[in-house]
Amino acid sequence: MNSSAIAVSGLRKAYGNRVVLDGIDLEVPAGTIFSLLGPNGAGKTTTVNILTTLMSADAGIIRVAGHDVVKEAKAVRAAIGVTGQFAAVDELLTGQENLQLMVDLSRVPPRDGRRVVAELLERFELTDSAPKLASTYSGGMRRKLDLAMTLVGGPRIIFLDEPTTGLDPRSRRTMWTIIRDLVADGVTIFLTTQYLDEADQLADRVAVLDQGRLVAQGTPGDLKSQVPGTHVRLRFATASELADAARILTGSSRDEEALTLRVPSDGGTKSLRALLDRLDEYALGAESFAVHTPDLDDVFLALTGHTTEVEAK
Amino acid sequence: MSSQSQSMVMLRRNFKHIARNPTTVFNAVLFPVVLLWMFVYVLGDAFNVGVHYIDYATPGLILLAVCYGLGATATAVNSDATKGIINRFKVMDISRGAVLTGHVIASVLTNLIAIAAVIGVAFALGFNPSASLLDWLGVAAMVVLLGFATGWLTVALGLAAKSPETAGLAAVPLVMLPFFSSAIVPADKMGTGVRQFAEYQPFTPIIETLRGFLTGTPATHNVLAALAWCAGIALVGYFWSRSTFTKRA
Repeated sequence: MNSSAIAVSGLRKAYGNRVVLDGIDLEVPAGTIFSLLGPNGAGKTTTVNILTTLMSADAGIIRVAGHDVVKEAKAVRAAIGVTGQFAAVDELLTGQENLQLMVDLSRVPPRDGRRVVAELLERFELTDSAPKLASTYSGGMRRKLDLAMTLVGGPRIIFLDEPTTGLDPRSRRTMWTIIRDLVADGVTIFLTTQYLDEADQLADRVAVLDQGRLVAQGTPGDLKSQVPGTHVRLRFATASELADAARILTGSSRDEEALTLRVPSDGGTKSLRALLDRLDEYALGAESFAVHTPDLDDVFLALTGHTTEVEAK
Repeated sequence: MSSQSQSMVMLRRNFKHIARNPTTVFNAVLFPVVLLWMFVYVLGDAFNVGVHYIDYATPGLILLAVCYGLGATATAVNSDATKGIINRFKVMDISRGAVLTGHVIASVLTNLIAIAAVIGVAFALGFNPSASLLDWLGVAAMVVLLGFATGWLTVALGLAAKSPETAGLAAVPLVMLPFFSSAIVPADKMGTGVRQFAEYQPFTPIIETLRGFLTGTPATHNVLAALAWCAGIALVGYFWSRSTFTKRA
């Protein structure tokens, strides 16, 4: 196996006439986190399905763990772990039984089974809930159990399809910690997400998927540099007030139609007070005021010229 | 790890499901027993079939017991598919068919429990078969084969359906078919159209085979037709299941 955990070139997939993936190239070095970022319907899940042998591609060379996903699907399956978009746990089994099921199906020697299950329950803070049916678990617990099940057998490459979608902020952070710990152990992670901050927090490299094409690839820093930074948006009642404000606030850019002014800012209280003081000094008052931090929408707008809303299905 | 032992792991999972949700088995047992009681006790005297009605109806109710259990199998398979459980197994380096085999075996075993209940109640109601031990073995082989064949077809229906509700609905024709066969009354007592349908549909030779074994006089042509139908249904069900299993992601 070479140093690339995942290598994809020229990946194409269409459902009938609808092209879902239109020539994807990407490479994920072993032991890193790669994040595929994109809105709903961009083709993220299709990509994961193809890389994990669930679906076949129309064209392209795809190697995972050094094996061809079509010709050596069995070897690929032996090397990977997959946690899909919806927690695939058996609701009629307890947490413990779900893990034991994975142990029974894996190559873990039966005598080590109990220990493996106990360790995973401990690691994911599920020990107390282990004897309860998975149907009684909260969304966050299900995701944790799902990921724990994926880890049975110690896969070296793990695919996580939107692992935190629908989770509350606290469970999201727990999930992030777990993912970081996995990479610390040398595991390679392929993560899809619709949240820029998630990619920012976790990924070594990010690729932005839009309408089946990768529109950008790089480190999270690279991507953010292509996006307007945090700024304050002021809306004025009249065009003359807007013009006056634009003159006194350096570095601002105005939108004549919407009567808004965009002023770069770090969003902190000090700089905001300074900004408001300056408006006061010239007896100018804005009708509304908003602090805007860049999100996926901005990245999309900057990279593709359209917002995620348009593409969301 | 062999595919057989993986299928056994899956079967254990199905058993746990049944133990956690016993109403499915209860349902699969209760309905045929109630029907047996109803047809024999309430309606039986109105049917003139030439023999004791209980002796006529029991083989039909045995078949109905198999068919009625299938709805739960279709729902269970579909629930595995829609909840992502099947995808989880598909991306693991395990036998491709193990999860489906587990469902089929669980389905057959549920059938056997329901059939045992039907036969038990039939005896209580005066069922008097003249089958030898060998004939009983023939009955057992026939119901296992039938359960296996319809089980695979049901797994395919469950995989092809979009939701557990539609999966349950897809199995309804299999529950209805016995009523349009010689299960309850002989086909020659039915109206034109229905009669021809009843004579040529797969369940009629299967019921006649069961009836033949239970009266100790199985007719070769019925047995052959029953075997051919079961083999055909099993093959269609198996290959349809396999291809849907591979395609559905």
